[in-house]
Amino acid sequence: MSAAAPLSNRGRTWFDALADGAQRIETGLGSLLVADATLTGERVRLLAVVPDPRNRFPRARHGELGLEEGWALARHIRDAIAADRADAKRPIIAVVDVKSQAYGRLEALLGISFSLAAAVDAYATARMAGHPVVALIVGSAISGGLLAHGDQAHRLLALDAPGVTVHAMGKDSAARVTRRSVEALDALGKTVIPMSYDIRQFARLGLLHELIAGIDADAPSAGQIAKVKARLAAAIADIRVDPGDLTSRLNNAEAKVHRAASIEVRRRLAEQWDAS
Amino acid sequence: METLNFEYEAKQPLTRRAHVGVVGSGDLEVLIEPSDKPAANVRVRTSVDGYAQVWKAVLDRFFSHFEHAARVEINDFGATPGTVTLRLEQAGELVKP
Amino acid sequence: MTPTEHGTDPTAAERRDRFLSRRSVIEMRARERAQALLDPGSFRELLGPFDRLESPWLPLQGIVPQSDDGVVIARGELAGKPAVIMAIEGAFQGGSLGEVSGSKIAGALALARRDGEAGKPVLPVLLLETGGVRLQEANLGEAVVAEIHAEIIALRRHVPVIGVITGMVGCFGGMSIAASLCSYLVVLPQARFELNGPEVIEQEAGIDELDANDRRLIWSLIGGEQRYETGFADALIEDDAESLRRTIRDLAVQGVPARHRTEAVDDYRRLLAKIDPTGPLDGPGFRQIWPRGEMR
Repeated sequence: MSAAAPLSNRGRTWFDALADGAQRIETGLGSLLVADATLTGERVRLLAVVPDPRNRFPRARHGELGLEEGWALARHIRDAIAADRADAKRPIIAVVDVKSQAYGRLEALLGISFSLAAAVDAYATARMAGHPVVALIVGSAISGGLLAHGDQAHRLLALDAPGVTVHAMGKDSAARVTRRSVEALDALGKTVIPMSYDIRQFARLGLLHELIAGIDADAPSAGQIAKVKARLAAAIADIRVDPGDLTSRLNNAEAKVHRAASIEVRRRLAEQWDAS
Repeated sequence: METLNFEYEAKQPLTRRAHVGVVGSGDLEVLIEPSDKPAANVRVRTSVDGYAQVWKAVLDRFFSHFEHAARVEINDFGATPGTVTLRLEQAGELVKP
Repeated sequence: MTPTEHGTDPTAAERRDRFLSRRSVIEMRARERAQALLDPGSFRELLGPFDRLESPWLPLQGIVPQSDDGVVIARGELAGKPAVIMAIEGAFQGGSLGEVSGSKIAGALALARRDGEAGKPVLPVLLLETGGVRLQEANLGEAVVAEIHAEIIALRRHVPVIGVITGMVGCFGGMSIAASLCSYLVVLPQARFELNGPEVIEQEAGIDELDANDRRLIWSLIGGEQRYETGFADALIEDDAESLRRTIRDLAVQGVPARHRTEAVDDYRRLLAKIDPTGPLDGPGFRQIWPRGEMR
């Protein structure tokens, strides 16, 4: 367990940068940051899960998405949905730097799968209710952490920077589980693209709307923050033109190459669905 | 993973197809389908390399009494020769006219 | 053999007949499970072995693929109503979902939704025997699991989505989130249901946190009976195909629940607030705090 690894501050850095002084909404959790900020003149709700060494649950102190974080994410997303019911649907932006879900006995006992599912449900419900939902990946987006905080977005954006990584399992954990070395996993990622930890390889899968280059992920300049804000605004505008659901991740040039089997399965299922 | 191919003489056509088994530890799946070639063509994909001779022995024995024109696929995850024979026999029974 | 009506004690003869005719679901392969649930003669498999839609990624790593990539999609009727069974084969790669197997499920859910919107409801049943995302396909497995989540959430507004966890693989990883999104969840005592596998918890948090070899402990925390008694599952049944079929039928008749568990946000937050994370808490202790029925 990499308790000795430095806690990542990127989620907080980017949340603060995008919030730009907007007042935080009280969440009751040091690990969940929520604010209604202004982005190109429009109100947006920002959400970030960050490390909190004083978290009530000991297994969720290093930026993991734990029991309380999942349900709290759901609460603050649903609050925005309810508030905007008869109004303009504010965009919802997940600022993503989550190393994993929380692993622990209490988490297992108390049903952490439901906590994460509640966050998944809230994001998807917002998306279906007409809120543009965007995920901005600024660091790690791993496993349950990504599924619950970002993966239900209309569009995924990521910074093209060191330390930005999307995966189904953290590299150290995956090495232990598959009994391979970390170097062997890296080598495998070069030939088996879906296994790569490199965000540029991830971009080839057709799942990312945009990879934003030229950004210092740890200490962005004012100009770089402005650029990211502009790309978020562009993504929001793009969603409003064509919201759709997650199938936009299949209808693009990269997916036609690297998700060809996904497309083929759906096509042939539709052919066979009704008995001939 | 090793891929092995075998071909056997066929004396009769096949009208049915069959699938048995699962690619689980110590097990295998067998697919048998009619072929319009006058032979039984077998493709074996196995997780255990270096046993071509054992595969040949097992398949020779099965195809000595299975004489249909067929496309046969075997996906193996370390089954014993006995289990392979069992699965082949199961599939063979299902395609019997 | 006449099935016993609810609320009527079976006679000794009926009990013996039921025992003798009992068919274990745990011992069945995915395909057999789907066949056992659908009305006789109605089973029709889509994208079966002979369609040969295999994983494009496993052979690159020297892993032998399976012709159906470990998922069976079968249409048919369940107690006379149109249904689609999506059954995961736990014996292939631990039931983990890859690009193809996950797409079979996501695609079937999407087509069920399309039919539902056109006024032709199809009952979706997920047989969850899975370790979650297939590590060997990592990001494509993760992507398709997210798509499965999206489809369940959309579909469950119109028709109940029924999840079944029997064992012995259980339901873990991203697919435990899918189970948590289902309208109704049926479990066996042999089931285990949790986001993180015990081995992974032990690996990440240490053996003092959880000893993955302590079977009694594991089942007391995440086993079928524990999940049922704490309101995380809707039905706990014996390992019998006919019992499962009837239970699914009866749950389907109840229709879409007024509120899904994942929508009961304040209730769960309130209950979590009652927990002292520094104090000892075991399975039985937790049942005292969250007895089933309190949530529905």
